[in-house]
Amino acid sequence: MPDITVVLPSVLQPLAGGQSVLTAPADGPVTVGQLLDSVTAGFAVLARRLRDETGALRRFVNVYVDGDEVRRLQGLDTEVSPGQEVLVIQSVAGG
Amino acid sequence: MVGMATAENFVLAIGTKKGLWLATSQDRREWSFTGPHFLMAEIPSVGIDTRGGRTRIMVGVRSEHWGPTVAHSDDLGATWSEPEQGAIRFPENTGAAVERVWQIYPDAESRPGVVWAGAEPISVWKSTDGGEHFELNRGLWDHPHRSDWGAGYGGAAAHSIVVDPAGDTVHVAMSTGGVYRSLDGGTSWEPRNKGISAYFMPDPNPEFGQCVHKIAADSAVEGRLYAQNHHGVYRTDDNADTWTSIADGLPADLGFVMLTHPRREGTAWVVPLKADGERIPPDGELAVHRTDDAGSSWKRLSNGLPGKEYNSVLRDAASVDTAEPAGVYFGTRGGSVYASADEGETFSEVIAHLPDVLCVRAAVVAGA
Repeated sequence: MPDITVVLPSVLQPLAGGQSVLTAPADGPVTVGQLLDSVTAGFAVLARRLRDETGALRRFVNVYVDGDEVRRLQGLDTEVSPGQEVLVIQSVAGG
Repeated sequence: MVGMATAENFVLAIGTKKGLWLATSQDRREWSFTGPHFLMAEIPSVGIDTRGGRTRIMVGVRSEHWGPTVAHSDDLGATWSEPEQGAIRFPENTGAAVERVWQIYPDAESRPGVVWAGAEPISVWKSTDGGEHFELNRGLWDHPHRSDWGAGYGGAAAHSIVVDPAGDTVHVAMSTGGVYRSLDGGTSWEPRNKGISAYFMPDPNPEFGQCVHKIAADSAVEGRLYAQNHHGVYRTDDNADTWTSIADGLPADLGFVMLTHPRREGTAWVVPLKADGERIPPDGELAVHRTDDAGSSWKRLSNGLPGKEYNSVLRDAASVDTAEPAGVYFGTRGGSVYASADEGETFSEVIAHLPDVLCVRAAVVAGA
Protein backbone atom coordinates (compact mmCIF):
# COMPACT_ATOMS: atom_id res chain seq x y z
CA MET A 1 0.00 0.00 0.00
CA PRO A 2 1.55 3.36 -0.99
CA ASP A 3 2.14 6.03 1.59
CA ILE A 4 0.42 9.37 1.82
CA THR A 5 2.91 12.18 1.41
CA VAL A 6 2.89 15.67 2.89
CA VAL A 7 5.03 18.28 1.15
CA LEU A 8 6.28 21.10 3.37
CA PRO A 9 7.27 24.63 2.38
CA SER A 10 10.98 25.31 2.75
CA VAL A 11 10.47 27.59 5.72
CA LEU A 12 9.07 24.70 7.77
CA GLN A 13 11.57 22.06 6.74
CA PRO A 14 14.05 22.80 9.57
CA LEU A 15 11.25 21.87 11.99
CA ALA A 16 10.96 18.47 10.29
CA GLY A 17 14.60 17.53 10.56
CA GLY A 18 15.34 19.11 7.20
CA GLN A 19 12.85 16.94 5.32
CA SER A 20 10.78 18.44 2.54
CA VAL A 21 8.40 15.50 2.37
CA LEU A 22 6.90 13.58 5.25
CA THR A 23 5.17 10.29 4.69
CA ALA A 24 2.54 8.39 6.57
CA PRO A 25 1.69 4.74 5.96
CA ALA A 26 -2.01 4.21 5.50
CA ASP A 27 -4.15 1.12 4.99
CA GLY A 28 -6.95 3.20 3.65
CA PRO A 29 -8.33 6.73 3.59
CA VAL A 30 -7.53 8.98 6.55
CA THR A 31 -8.60 12.50 7.33
CA VAL A 32 -6.26 15.42 6.86
CA GLY A 33 -6.38 15.93 10.61
CA GLN A 34 -5.28 12.35 11.24
CA LEU A 35 -2.61 12.68 8.58
CA LEU A 36 -1.18 15.82 10.20
CA ASP A 37 -1.25 14.08 13.60
CA SER A 38 0.70 11.21 12.11
CA VAL A 39 3.38 13.10 10.22
CA THR A 40 4.01 15.65 12.98
CA ALA A 41 4.07 13.10 15.79
CA GLY A 42 7.82 13.46 16.16
CA PHE A 43 7.89 17.15 15.38
CA ALA A 44 5.96 18.98 18.10
CA VAL A 45 7.05 22.47 17.08
CA LEU A 46 6.05 21.81 13.48
CA ALA A 47 2.66 20.64 14.71
CA ARG A 48 2.16 23.91 16.61
CA ARG A 49 3.10 25.98 13.57
CA LEU A 50 0.37 24.34 11.53
CA ARG A 51 -2.44 24.14 14.08
CA ASP A 52 -3.30 25.95 17.29
CA GLU A 53 -3.93 24.20 20.61
CA THR A 54 -7.57 23.61 19.75
CA GLY A 55 -6.45 21.63 16.73
CA ALA A 56 -7.64 24.23 14.24
CA LEU A 57 -5.57 24.94 11.18
CA ARG A 58 -3.92 28.33 11.54
CA ARG A 59 -5.62 31.02 9.53
CA PHE A 60 -2.89 31.54 6.95
CA VAL A 61 -1.81 27.94 6.61
CA ASN A 62 -3.30 26.33 3.54
CA VAL A 63 -3.46 22.58 2.98
CA TYR A 64 -4.16 21.30 -0.53
CA VAL A 65 -5.44 17.88 -1.51
CA ASP A 66 -5.32 17.26 -5.25
CA GLY A 67 -5.20 20.97 -5.87
CA ASP A 68 -8.10 21.89 -3.64
CA GLU A 69 -7.63 23.81 -0.42
CA VAL A 70 -9.20 21.78 2.35
CA ARG A 71 -11.28 24.69 3.65
CA ARG A 72 -13.22 24.36 0.39
CA LEU A 73 -13.68 20.66 1.07
CA GLN A 74 -14.39 19.23 4.49
CA GLY A 75 -11.60 21.00 6.31
CA LEU A 76 -9.49 18.76 8.50
CA ASP A 77 -12.12 16.06 8.03
CA THR A 78 -11.31 15.88 4.32
CA GLU A 79 -10.30 12.34 3.43
CA VAL A 80 -7.01 11.49 1.73
CA SER A 81 -6.24 8.11 0.22
CA PRO A 82 -2.98 6.17 0.02
CA GLY A 83 -0.90 7.43 -2.89
CA GLN A 84 -2.23 10.95 -2.68
CA GLU A 85 -0.06 13.97 -2.04
CA VAL A 86 -0.92 16.79 0.37
CA LEU A 87 0.68 20.18 0.04
CA VAL A 88 1.18 22.60 2.92
CA ILE A 89 1.62 26.16 1.67
CA GLN A 90 1.56 29.43 3.56
CA SER A 91 -0.89 31.88 2.08
CA VAL A 92 0.30 35.14 0.66
CA ALA A 93 -0.68 37.48 3.44
CA GLY A 94 0.77 40.33 5.39
CA GLY A 95 2.47 43.58 4.58
CA MET B 1 20.77 46.30 40.41
CA VAL B 2 21.89 49.78 41.35
CA GLY B 3 25.31 51.24 40.95
CA MET B 4 27.52 53.51 38.96
CA ALA B 5 26.74 53.38 35.28
CA THR B 6 30.37 52.87 34.38
CA ALA B 7 30.45 49.52 36.21
CA GLU B 8 27.42 48.19 34.41
CA ASN B 9 26.30 47.04 31.05
CA PHE B 10 22.94 47.85 29.63
CA VAL B 11 20.71 45.71 27.49
CA LEU B 12 18.00 47.14 25.27
CA ALA B 13 15.41 44.96 23.57
CA ILE B 14 13.22 46.37 20.82
CA GLY B 15 10.30 44.33 19.56
CA THR B 16 8.82 45.43 16.26
CA LYS B 17 6.22 44.42 13.75
CA LYS B 18 8.86 42.48 11.83
CA GLY B 19 11.39 41.21 14.30
CA LEU B 20 13.45 41.86 17.39
CA TRP B 21 16.55 43.99 17.75
CA LEU B 22 18.87 43.76 20.75
CA ALA B 23 21.50 46.23 21.84
CA THR B 24 24.14 46.52 24.52
CA SER B 25 25.90 49.56 25.84
CA GLN B 26 28.28 50.54 28.59
CA ASP B 27 27.22 54.16 28.79
CA ARG B 28 23.66 54.23 27.42
CA ARG B 29 24.86 56.47 24.59
CA GLU B 30 26.73 54.19 22.24
CA TRP B 31 24.81 51.01 21.46
CA SER B 32 25.83 47.86 19.60
CA PHE B 33 22.91 46.22 17.86
CA THR B 34 22.12 42.72 16.73
CA GLY B 35 19.12 41.77 14.68
CA PRO B 36 16.70 41.31 13.31
CA HIS B 37 16.02 38.21 15.35
CA PHE B 38 12.82 36.41 14.30
CA LEU B 39 12.69 38.35 11.04
CA MET B 40 9.12 38.79 9.80
CA ALA B 41 7.59 37.76 13.10
CA GLU B 42 5.79 40.31 15.20
CA ILE B 43 7.32 40.80 18.67
CA PRO B 44 4.57 42.25 20.86
CA SER B 45 6.26 41.53 24.20
CA VAL B 46 9.72 41.24 25.71
CA GLY B 47 10.85 40.58 29.25
CA ILE B 48 14.40 40.83 30.52
CA ASP B 49 14.97 38.78 33.65
CA THR B 50 18.19 39.64 35.46
CA ARG B 51 17.46 37.77 38.68
CA GLY B 52 20.01 35.40 40.07
CA GLY B 53 22.89 36.82 38.05
CA ARG B 54 21.54 35.45 34.78
CA THR B 55 20.25 37.58 31.93
CA ARG B 56 17.34 35.84 30.26
CA ILE B 57 15.49 37.54 27.44
CA MET B 58 11.98 36.23 26.88
CA VAL B 59 10.04 37.22 23.80
CA GLY B 60 6.49 36.85 22.70
CA VAL B 61 6.82 35.92 19.04
CA ARG B 62 3.90 35.91 16.65
CA SER B 63 3.98 34.91 13.03
CA GLU B 64 0.96 35.75 10.93
CA HIS B 65 1.36 32.32 9.38
CA TRP B 66 2.69 30.11 12.11
CA GLY B 67 1.09 31.54 15.21
CA PRO B 68 2.35 32.73 18.59
CA THR B 69 4.98 31.33 20.89
CA VAL B 70 7.36 32.39 23.65
CA ALA B 71 11.09 31.90 23.17
CA HIS B 72 13.95 32.69 25.48
CA SER B 73 17.67 33.31 25.23
CA ASP B 74 20.31 33.20 27.97
CA ASP B 75 23.10 34.48 25.71
CA LEU B 76 21.77 37.85 24.57
CA GLY B 77 20.15 36.42 21.49
CA ALA B 78 22.97 34.29 20.14
CA THR B 79 20.68 31.27 20.51
CA TRP B 80 16.97 30.91 21.25
CA SER B 81 15.02 28.11 22.85
CA GLU B 82 11.40 27.16 22.62
CA PRO B 83 9.87 24.25 24.53
CA GLU B 84 8.75 21.45 22.24
CA GLN B 85 5.16 21.63 23.41
CA GLY B 86 5.14 25.41 23.57
CA ALA B 87 5.63 27.74 26.50
CA ILE B 88 2.09 28.97 26.60
CA ARG B 89 -1.03 27.15 25.48
CA PHE B 90 -4.58 27.02 26.70
CA PRO B 91 -5.79 23.87 28.43
CA GLU B 92 -7.91 21.74 26.14
CA ASN B 93 -11.06 22.26 28.19
CA THR B 94 -11.05 26.00 27.55
CA GLY B 95 -11.53 25.62 23.81
CA ALA B 96 -9.33 28.68 23.40
CA ALA B 97 -6.08 29.35 21.58
CA VAL B 98 -3.45 31.95 22.32
CA GLU B 99 -3.51 34.68 19.72
CA ARG B 100 -0.75 36.96 20.99
CA VAL B 101 1.37 37.34 24.12
CA TRP B 102 1.12 40.98 25.13
CA GLN B 103 3.15 41.04 28.31
CA ILE B 104 6.04 39.17 29.92
CA TYR B 105 6.71 40.29 33.46
CA PRO B 106 9.44 38.80 35.66
CA ASP B 107 8.32 38.77 39.30
CA ALA B 108 10.33 40.08 42.25
CA GLU B 109 13.78 38.91 43.38
CA SER B 110 12.06 37.20 46.28
CA ARG B 111 10.20 34.89 43.88
CA PRO B 112 12.93 33.55 41.62
CA GLY B 113 11.70 31.73 38.56
CA VAL B 114 8.27 33.33 38.64
CA VAL B 115 7.33 35.12 35.44
CA TRP B 116 3.87 36.40 34.57
CA ALA B 117 2.40 36.80 31.13
CA GLY B 118 -0.65 38.59 29.78
CA ALA B 119 -2.21 37.39 26.58
CA GLU B 120 -4.95 37.70 24.01
CA PRO B 121 -7.65 36.50 24.45
CA ILE B 122 -7.80 38.19 27.86
CA SER B 123 -5.81 35.91 30.11
CA VAL B 124 -3.09 35.95 32.72
CA TRP B 125 -0.45 33.27 33.00
CA LYS B 126 2.23 32.36 35.50
CA SER B 127 5.48 30.50 35.04
CA THR B 128 7.54 29.13 37.89
CA ASP B 129 10.40 27.92 35.71
CA GLY B 130 11.75 31.19 34.44
CA GLY B 131 9.33 31.63 31.58
CA GLU B 132 9.72 28.25 29.90
CA HIS B 133 6.21 27.03 30.69
CA PHE B 134 3.22 29.11 31.69
CA GLU B 135 0.04 28.03 33.44
CA LEU B 136 -3.29 29.73 32.85
CA ASN B 137 -4.69 31.72 35.78
CA ARG B 138 -8.10 30.12 36.11
CA GLY B 139 -9.43 32.70 38.56
CA LEU B 140 -9.39 35.40 35.91
CA TRP B 141 -10.20 33.07 33.03
CA ASP B 142 -13.35 31.85 34.77
CA HIS B 143 -14.36 35.30 36.02
CA PRO B 144 -18.09 35.96 35.62
CA HIS B 145 -17.38 39.31 33.96
CA ARG B 146 -15.56 37.68 31.06
CA SER B 147 -18.48 37.72 28.67
CA ASP B 148 -18.82 41.48 29.17
CA TRP B 149 -15.19 42.36 28.51
CA GLY B 150 -14.61 43.93 25.13
CA ALA B 151 -11.87 44.19 22.60
CA GLY B 152 -9.89 47.31 21.95
CA TYR B 153 -8.66 48.12 18.47
CA GLY B 154 -5.57 45.99 18.96
CA GLY B 155 -7.46 43.02 20.36
CA ALA B 156 -8.77 41.87 23.74
CA ALA B 157 -5.85 41.27 26.03
CA ALA B 158 -4.45 41.49 29.51
CA HIS B 159 -1.61 43.92 28.86
CA SER B 160 -0.42 45.07 32.27
CA ILE B 161 0.53 42.96 35.26
CA VAL B 162 1.78 44.58 38.45
CA VAL B 163 2.80 42.33 41.31
CA ASP B 164 3.49 43.52 44.85
CA PRO B 165 7.08 42.42 45.45
CA ALA B 166 6.45 41.88 49.14
CA GLY B 167 2.91 40.50 49.23
CA ASP B 168 0.15 38.68 47.41
CA THR B 169 -1.47 41.61 45.65
CA VAL B 170 -1.61 41.48 41.87
CA HIS B 171 -3.13 44.13 39.63
CA VAL B 172 -4.02 43.36 36.04
CA ALA B 173 -5.16 45.82 33.40
CA MET B 174 -7.02 44.72 30.33
CA SER B 175 -8.42 46.29 27.20
CA THR B 176 -11.21 46.60 27.55
CA GLY B 177 -12.26 45.63 31.00
CA GLY B 178 -10.30 47.94 33.25
CA VAL B 179 -8.22 47.17 36.29
CA TYR B 180 -8.74 43.99 38.29
CA ARG B 181 -7.09 43.25 41.62
CA SER B 182 -6.27 40.04 43.40
CA LEU B 183 -5.31 40.06 47.07
CA ASP B 184 -4.52 36.36 47.17
CA GLY B 185 -1.80 35.97 44.59
CA GLY B 186 -4.16 35.54 41.68
CA THR B 187 -6.76 33.12 43.01
CA SER B 188 -9.67 35.58 42.98
CA TRP B 189 -10.15 38.90 41.20
CA GLU B 190 -12.31 41.99 41.62
CA PRO B 191 -12.65 45.05 39.38
CA ARG B 192 -11.07 48.19 40.81
CA ASN B 193 -11.98 51.16 38.64
CA LYS B 194 -13.80 53.58 40.95
CA GLY B 195 -13.07 57.11 39.81
CA ILE B 196 -11.98 56.14 36.30
CA SER B 197 -14.28 57.37 33.56
CA ALA B 198 -15.48 55.28 30.66
CA TYR B 199 -16.89 58.18 28.66
CA PHE B 200 -17.53 55.90 25.69
CA MET B 201 -20.10 53.80 27.57
CA PRO B 202 -23.75 54.59 28.36
CA ASP B 203 -22.86 54.67 32.06
CA PRO B 204 -19.61 56.63 32.16
CA ASN B 205 -18.74 55.30 35.60
CA PRO B 206 -19.21 51.54 35.40
CA GLU B 207 -17.77 49.00 37.78
CA PHE B 208 -15.64 47.67 34.94
CA GLY B 209 -15.24 48.13 31.20
CA GLN B 210 -12.83 51.05 31.32
CA CYS B 211 -10.29 51.24 28.54
CA VAL B 212 -7.12 51.30 30.56
CA HIS B 213 -3.99 51.50 28.43
CA LYS B 214 -1.27 50.91 31.01
CA ILE B 215 -0.76 50.78 34.76
CA ALA B 216 2.43 50.96 36.79
CA ALA B 217 3.19 50.88 40.51
CA ASP B 218 5.04 53.50 42.49
CA SER B 219 7.98 51.48 43.71
CA ALA B 220 8.40 53.51 46.89
CA VAL B 221 4.83 53.96 48.13
CA GLU B 222 2.78 50.92 49.00
CA GLY B 223 -0.68 50.95 47.49
CA ARG B 224 0.09 53.69 44.96
CA LEU B 225 -0.34 53.04 41.27
CA TYR B 226 -0.68 55.17 38.17
CA ALA B 227 -2.89 54.55 35.14
CA GLN B 228 -2.88 55.92 31.62
CA ASN B 229 -6.34 55.42 30.23
CA HIS B 230 -8.06 56.02 26.95
CA HIS B 231 -8.52 59.67 27.89
CA GLY B 232 -7.55 60.05 31.51
CA VAL B 233 -4.46 59.83 33.66
CA TYR B 234 -5.02 58.63 37.20
CA ARG B 235 -3.40 57.77 40.50
CA THR B 236 -4.52 55.59 43.36
CA ASP B 237 -3.11 55.70 46.87
CA ASP B 238 -5.30 52.95 48.31
CA ASN B 239 -4.32 49.96 46.26
CA ALA B 240 -6.80 50.81 43.48
CA ASP B 241 -9.88 51.12 45.67
CA THR B 242 -10.27 54.66 44.34
CA TRP B 243 -8.58 56.58 41.53
CA THR B 244 -8.19 60.34 41.11
CA SER B 245 -7.25 62.29 38.01
CA ILE B 246 -3.72 63.60 37.70
CA ALA B 247 -4.13 64.81 34.13
CA ASP B 248 -3.98 68.53 35.00
CA GLY B 249 -0.80 69.97 33.63
CA LEU B 250 -0.55 67.57 30.71
CA PRO B 251 -1.22 68.81 27.17
CA ALA B 252 -3.49 65.82 26.57
CA ASP B 253 -4.90 63.01 28.65
CA LEU B 254 -4.74 60.33 25.95
CA GLY B 255 -1.72 58.12 25.60
CA PHE B 256 -0.56 54.57 26.00
CA VAL B 257 2.59 54.72 28.12
CA MET B 258 2.90 54.73 31.90
CA LEU B 259 6.33 54.30 33.45
CA THR B 260 7.42 54.67 37.06
CA HIS B 261 10.79 55.22 38.66
CA PRO B 262 12.53 52.08 39.90
CA ARG B 263 13.10 53.60 43.36
CA ARG B 264 11.96 57.18 43.77
CA GLU B 265 8.56 58.07 45.16
CA GLY B 266 6.17 60.04 43.01
CA THR B 267 8.08 59.88 39.72
CA ALA B 268 6.33 58.70 36.57
CA TRP B 269 6.51 59.31 32.82
CA VAL B 270 3.82 59.48 30.15
CA VAL B 271 3.85 60.25 26.42
CA PRO B 272 0.68 62.22 25.63
CA LEU B 273 -1.15 61.97 22.34
CA LYS B 274 -3.44 64.77 21.29
CA ALA B 275 -6.82 63.10 21.16
CA ASP B 276 -8.84 60.05 20.43
CA GLY B 277 -9.46 61.18 16.89
CA GLU B 278 -6.03 62.68 16.39
CA ARG B 279 -3.51 60.17 17.67
CA ILE B 280 -0.36 62.15 17.21
CA PRO B 281 1.80 64.02 19.70
CA PRO B 282 0.17 67.40 20.51
CA ASP B 283 0.95 69.78 17.63
CA GLY B 284 2.98 66.98 16.10
CA GLU B 285 5.77 67.58 18.59
CA LEU B 286 6.89 64.50 20.43
CA ALA B 287 7.53 64.94 24.14
CA VAL B 288 7.72 62.87 27.26
CA HIS B 289 6.19 64.29 30.42
CA ARG B 290 7.48 63.47 33.88
CA THR B 291 6.01 64.09 37.27
CA ASP B 292 8.15 64.10 40.39
CA ASP B 293 5.26 64.76 42.77
CA ALA B 294 2.87 61.92 42.00
CA GLY B 295 0.98 63.82 39.34
CA SER B 296 0.50 67.23 40.97
CA SER B 297 2.65 68.75 38.27
CA TRP B 298 4.29 67.64 35.03
CA LYS B 299 7.46 68.65 33.25
CA ARG B 300 7.70 68.52 29.47
CA LEU B 301 10.85 66.74 28.26
CA SER B 302 11.84 67.00 24.61
CA ASN B 303 15.57 67.71 24.49
CA GLY B 304 16.99 65.54 21.76
CA LEU B 305 13.64 64.54 20.32
CA PRO B 306 12.72 65.48 16.75
CA GLY B 307 10.88 68.70 16.15
CA LYS B 308 8.05 67.02 14.31
CA GLU B 309 6.91 63.48 14.80
CA TYR B 310 3.53 62.18 13.75
CA ASN B 311 3.88 58.64 14.97
CA SER B 312 2.46 57.43 18.23
CA VAL B 313 4.13 55.47 21.01
CA LEU B 314 2.44 52.22 21.96
CA ARG B 315 1.77 51.01 25.50
CA ASP B 316 4.74 48.71 25.84
CA ALA B 317 7.09 50.62 23.59
CA ALA B 318 8.65 52.33 26.60
CA SER B 319 10.75 51.27 29.52
CA VAL B 320 12.95 52.42 32.36
CA ASP B 321 16.13 50.79 33.58
CA THR B 322 17.23 50.52 37.20
CA ALA B 323 20.46 52.51 37.04
CA GLU B 324 21.11 55.76 38.87
CA PRO B 325 20.02 58.03 37.34
CA ALA B 326 17.31 55.93 35.73
CA GLY B 327 17.33 55.51 31.98
CA VAL B 328 14.18 56.13 29.96
CA TYR B 329 13.61 54.50 26.58
CA PHE B 330 10.83 54.54 24.04
CA GLY B 331 10.13 53.72 20.40
CA THR B 332 7.66 55.02 17.87
CA ARG B 333 5.49 53.44 15.26
CA GLY B 334 7.82 55.15 12.81
CA GLY B 335 10.65 52.89 13.92
CA SER B 336 12.77 55.31 15.91
CA VAL B 337 13.98 54.48 19.40
CA TYR B 338 15.13 57.15 21.83
CA ALA B 339 17.11 56.71 25.03
CA SER B 340 17.80 58.98 27.93
CA ALA B 341 20.47 58.32 30.54
CA ASP B 342 19.21 61.12 32.77
CA GLU B 343 15.56 60.33 33.49
CA GLY B 344 14.31 62.06 30.37
CA GLU B 345 16.14 65.38 30.60
CA THR B 346 17.92 64.63 27.33
CA PHE B 347 17.22 61.98 24.72
CA SER B 348 19.19 60.67 21.80
CA GLU B 349 17.98 58.55 18.90
CA VAL B 350 19.69 55.19 19.21
CA ILE B 351 18.25 53.59 16.09
CA ALA B 352 15.86 54.63 13.33
CA HIS B 353 13.90 53.23 10.40
CA LEU B 354 12.90 50.02 12.13
CA PRO B 355 9.45 48.57 11.56
CA ASP B 356 6.74 49.79 13.97
CA VAL B 357 8.10 49.52 17.49
CA LEU B 358 5.73 47.42 19.60
CA CYS B 359 7.73 46.94 22.77
CA VAL B 360 10.90 48.19 24.41
CA ARG B 361 12.61 46.87 27.51
CA ALA B 362 15.89 47.91 29.09
CA ALA B 363 17.87 46.38 31.90
CA VAL B 364 21.10 46.74 33.77
CA VAL B 365 23.28 43.65 33.72
CA ALA B 366 26.53 42.84 35.43
CA GLY B 367 29.56 44.43 33.79
CA ALA B 368 31.93 42.35 31.75
